[in-house]
Amino acid sequence: MAINEETVKQVAKLAKLEIGEEDILTFTKEMDSIIEMVEQLEGLDTEGIEGTYHGLNEHNVWREDKAENGTDREDLFKNVKTHKDGYIEVPAMFDNGGSEA
Amino acid sequence: MNFLDYTLEELHDKLVSKELTAVDLVEASYKRIEETDEQVGAFLALSKEEALQAARETDEKGIDPNNVLSGLPVGIKDNILTKGVTTTASSKMLEDFVPIYDATATEKLKEAGMISVGKLNMDEFAMGGSTENSAFKLTRNPWDLSKVPGGSSGGSAAAVAAGQVPVSLGSDTGGSVREPAAFTGLVGVKPTYGRVSRYGLIAFGSSLDQIGPFTRTVKDNALVLNAISGHDPKDSTSYSGETPDFTDGIDKGVKGLRIGVPKEYFNEDAKETGVIESVRNALKLYEELGAEIVEVSLPHSRYGIPAYYIIASSEASSNLQRFDGIRYGYRSENVSSLEDIYVNSRSEGFGLEVKRRIMLGTFSLSSGFYDAHFKKAAQARTLIRNDFDTVFEDVDVLVAPTTTTTAFEIGGKIDDPLAMYMSDILTVPVNLAGVPSLSIPCGFSNDMPVGMQIISNHFDEQMMYRVAYAFEKETDFHKKKPAFKGGE
Repeated sequence: MAINEETVKQVAKLAKLEIGEEDILTFTKEMDSIIEMVEQLEGLDTEGIEGTYHGLNEHNVWREDKAENGTDREDLFKNVKTHKDGYIEVPAMFDNGGSEA
Repeated sequence: MNFLDYTLEELHDKLVSKELTAVDLVEASYKRIEETDEQVGAFLALSKEEALQAARETDEKGIDPNNVLSGLPVGIKDNILTKGVTTTASSKMLEDFVPIYDATATEKLKEAGMISVGKLNMDEFAMGGSTENSAFKLTRNPWDLSKVPGGSSGGSAAAVAAGQVPVSLGSDTGGSVREPAAFTGLVGVKPTYGRVSRYGLIAFGSSLDQIGPFTRTVKDNALVLNAISGHDPKDSTSYSGETPDFTDGIDKGVKGLRIGVPKEYFNEDAKETGVIESVRNALKLYEELGAEIVEVSLPHSRYGIPAYYIIASSEASSNLQRFDGIRYGYRSENVSSLEDIYVNSRSEGFGLEVKRRIMLGTFSLSSGFYDAHFKKAAQARTLIRNDFDTVFEDVDVLVAPTTTTTAFEIGGKIDDPLAMYMSDILTVPVNLAGVPSLSIPCGFSNDMPVGMQIISNHFDEQMMYRVAYAFEKETDFHKKKPAFKGGE
């Protein structure tokens, strides 16, 4: 096994996902076989090879420092579920935040 | 009126001669959708009112005789933003998301006069090879309704194959245009990375994603790529060099060209021998037409799948962090704290495959695994890229099968993620290297279309189209029509 249930739970926490107790076993098995597959890379000699992190070899793309109109504020709120006084509304951040969710 | 009977240039001529109007074409598209989409399931949303309005305006203004795309209907994959028209990426996460701007590719098609008739089904966030990962519906292959249309751009492929639209746009991160094109007997293109702006394409693997067209013929495809290509100040990874006319020199033939045949792409033990046989027959034809066939090697091909799944998933895990339930997208009702918004919205909003990829990516980027996974995959990517650079010193194009099999049964691989991943084995190296590739129908196996991949060097799409066109001119695979057989 490349990974176990504990690792899956830990990774889910990092990814802000919850894997239900009833799914954790199947999920771990699938993840394990996928990770085993990607670890075929261990057999490849990459000593001294620089990694490729971009699709195109262009660096430092500049544009003129010129002010332009941004997106209309009202438009930006069109897909927001709840907003109030020009702010996005979310539940209280702290347990005793004092405002309703 | 069936779009399967005409090329874009033929439709254009009919518009110019006023034999048909743009309204006729848009209405014909909706009629065909009405007749066939209950079986095929390509479209998620139709924008009938807007499309007919745009068509009427086009007719009033008159068709531009110098602009071949003017007044023609098009379908757009649902991960490409369309202002005012719901764009979901086939995810519950974006079920009610209405973009406030157009993707650059959408905008460019509109500028060229094309009329979007609706949005096309796909695997959720473009993750998958069968379109079965859509949160909303199943899309079926018009050639055999019991089979998948491929993915992730399965709706885009099925819509053109079923004659609902003459053109559609898809996106290709690891084969998501080419595989469905192969499975449905179409021409599908993954342009060079940077050729088409990614602005307004819902990001999956940002260093791999490219938008590309589905058409029935090679020249049609080049005409659409002409319209959507070019530098975009809104996408700093878009190519700042020249955009040539991709139809220039398309008819020059293959005499004297050197066609490389990568031996790693021809698994002679393959279960479905008809695929390789069809491609070998095509190579014979190329030889008769005067091309020189040379066996070449891309020695790091076998590392394509592991490197791709690490890189694409890592980029996805980072890109999909934006779906936090706050600014837009699905928000769980079951929340009592801010943390709940994040975790519950994501857990309820994302489908299983998307979660798998986010998990794999998060794992590959986590401390302790970064070097062995992400860094190692990036190094493998360099070696894969070098393989292509080396062979292109010697040959003009590479020709290989697009997929190892023809379209598989619905339900055939969906419970086995690894088997589904392996079906990308012949397409992912191209995305890792960034080179362009086109899939063209080259035969039939088990009564299903076979796709042949033509890969050319960075920013040399002209060569890719030229070699494809030479084949198409001598064959009639692109003229075959689907049977709509099988299904439930």
